[in-house]
Amino acid sequence: MQPLEMSAVDLVTALRQGDITAVECATTFLDRIEATNGSINAFLTVDREGALARAADIDARRKAGKPVGQLAGLPVALKDVLCTADMPTTCASKMLAGFRPPYDADVVARLRQADAVFVGKTNMDEFAMGGSNENSAFGPVRNPWDLSRAPGGSSGGSAACVAADMAPVAIGSDTGGSIRQPAGLCGITGLKPTYGRVSRRGLIAFASSLDQIGPMARSAADCALIMETIAGHDPGDSTSLTVDVPRYTDLLDKPLTGVRIGRVPEHFAAGLDPEVAKGVEEAFAVLMAAGATVHDVHLPHAKYGIPTYYLIAPCEASSNLARYDGAHYGHRAEPGKGHRGEPGGQRTAGQTGSFESPLVEMYCRSRAEGFGPEVKRRIMLGTYALSAGYYEAYYAKALRVRRLIRQDYLDAFQTVDLIGGPVSATPAFKLGEKKDDPLAMYLVDLYTVGTNLAGVGGISFPCGFTKSGLPIGFQLQAPPLAEPLLLQAADRFQRLTDWHRRRPKTMGELKA
Amino acid sequence: MGCRGAAQPPLATTEEPSLSVSTSPQTLTTKDVAKVGLLARLALSEADLERMAGELSKIVGFVSMLGELDTADVAPLAHPLDTQNVFRDDVPVASLSTAEALQSAPRHDGECFLVPAVLGESSAA
Repeated sequence: MQPLEMSAVDLVTALRQGDITAVECATTFLDRIEATNGSINAFLTVDREGALARAADIDARRKAGKPVGQLAGLPVALKDVLCTADMPTTCASKMLAGFRPPYDADVVARLRQADAVFVGKTNMDEFAMGGSNENSAFGPVRNPWDLSRAPGGSSGGSAACVAADMAPVAIGSDTGGSIRQPAGLCGITGLKPTYGRVSRRGLIAFASSLDQIGPMARSAADCALIMETIAGHDPGDSTSLTVDVPRYTDLLDKPLTGVRIGRVPEHFAAGLDPEVAKGVEEAFAVLMAAGATVHDVHLPHAKYGIPTYYLIAPCEASSNLARYDGAHYGHRAEPGKGHRGEPGGQRTAGQTGSFESPLVEMYCRSRAEGFGPEVKRRIMLGTYALSAGYYEAYYAKALRVRRLIRQDYLDAFQTVDLIGGPVSATPAFKLGEKKDDPLAMYLVDLYTVGTNLAGVGGISFPCGFTKSGLPIGFQLQAPPLAEPLLLQAADRFQRLTDWHRRRPKTMGELKA
Repeated sequence: MGCRGAAQPPLATTEEPSLSVSTSPQTLTTKDVAKVGLLARLALSEADLERMAGELSKIVGFVSMLGELDTADVAPLAHPLDTQNVFRDDVPVASLSTAEALQSAPRHDGECFLVPAVLGESSAA
């Protein structure tokens, strides 16, 4: 079998056995990236030189009988929201174009320690805000299954690069569905772990009480392998859990006998695409054939998930993104350029009066130039909702509803072990289709935001295809720290189906 | 106006009417937007103010549906974990060097970040 088609688990084994060298493996994927990224735009940075040097070092150590890490030689793509000391980290924003972090994110350090080989940094919605990847300052990612369609977002580059065989594994982040939704739309497997399972140190913050890092790969077994490396307590993230990390790969091969899976009838209300509904129902049937039982459960406050999320996330973002001030790092407006009264200067008469001081003016202009429209919109929304007179009505109200939403999950998990359902209401939509309607774009997170608000885990994996050949995603959600069960159920499903083995027909058409 | 784009099929809702934007009183004027823009440290053009007043009013109208829930007896949940504050021993540890801290600064003099005057009139005054 060619490396491009191999699972991460098989690649690690082949590398360990010497069937393939780390340099050969890295070269194969780097060549693939070079030959196809022009069509997909999944990568913002490709580090051929660094990856090959690292792979050569691993091969040399292995040859000399020296110890190598658990993932030695496995190519991994990193979402460009993760700080890397040896590669630029941009969050797909002009604000951070060319930014070089002085340190590695905790997950990056762990993967490095395990001797993974980083092939590059993947495209995303700017600062992870979006559901289509169209908010990237460096152009949208294209869905490998249909190049006229969005890959989803915000981890769209990570999802597309795995779907297009540009990397066997990518790391994503999920604040309201940003791992699971693009995984679903691109026909791959993505895990959003329990809040706190993976350290967020060095993950550029969007909404700190919702953000979580997770693996994206072709199968649940591959996600399990990566979780063993990236999960665990980090003193540098005081919200990371001090709970031991299970050997996820050892816990996969168990029958689903007696596992109770909840089905939320409201998920199948008006608006769910009929082909998606059919694929999801068939997935329930597969899980039942595997020994699970399916029961109706209700999440009474689920319909409030989107408005709750679109208050809490922008509020946290408006605070987190205050750090981009044009002084410490990132974009800074040139003095004079664009200032009132300067030649070619832009008037800002709408903001009457002064910017308070030359310093504040520099802040305001740097941020206006550096951030894209959706990021500005969310900063404005969050600032408004946190401002005097509105805090209680919006932010505090959303926090109260968040408790109700979390309680729905805790109540449901009294009677079922997992909750199943669709990831997205529709298959991948056309690029541009929702771009000019922010609210329509927000609704793509309908089935995924609850997981983040409740702080629980979720996994998305392919459960079928539409007649036009677009992947359909199935989501399972689990109580806190039940990742072993999520992975076990998804793995069992993938032993009984071959949806996750399908490859896009566009493969031959992709260009450099 | 509904949040469902007229040209697109409606997205799934748990209850049919719940995701349409109410004609709520929360309408942001361009003056409101200008004020929030300064608080958010974003320079906004006249066109930005106009566009954002419309977009933000629509979004605020939508999220206002939370008002239909009685949450008087519900405590806010700021964080999904019931963890307590975490302390560590007060021991100095290595931090970024000055050079590392300054490596991505747009302006610095080798020791400090350089910024425009903190006091005084801005050019937009």
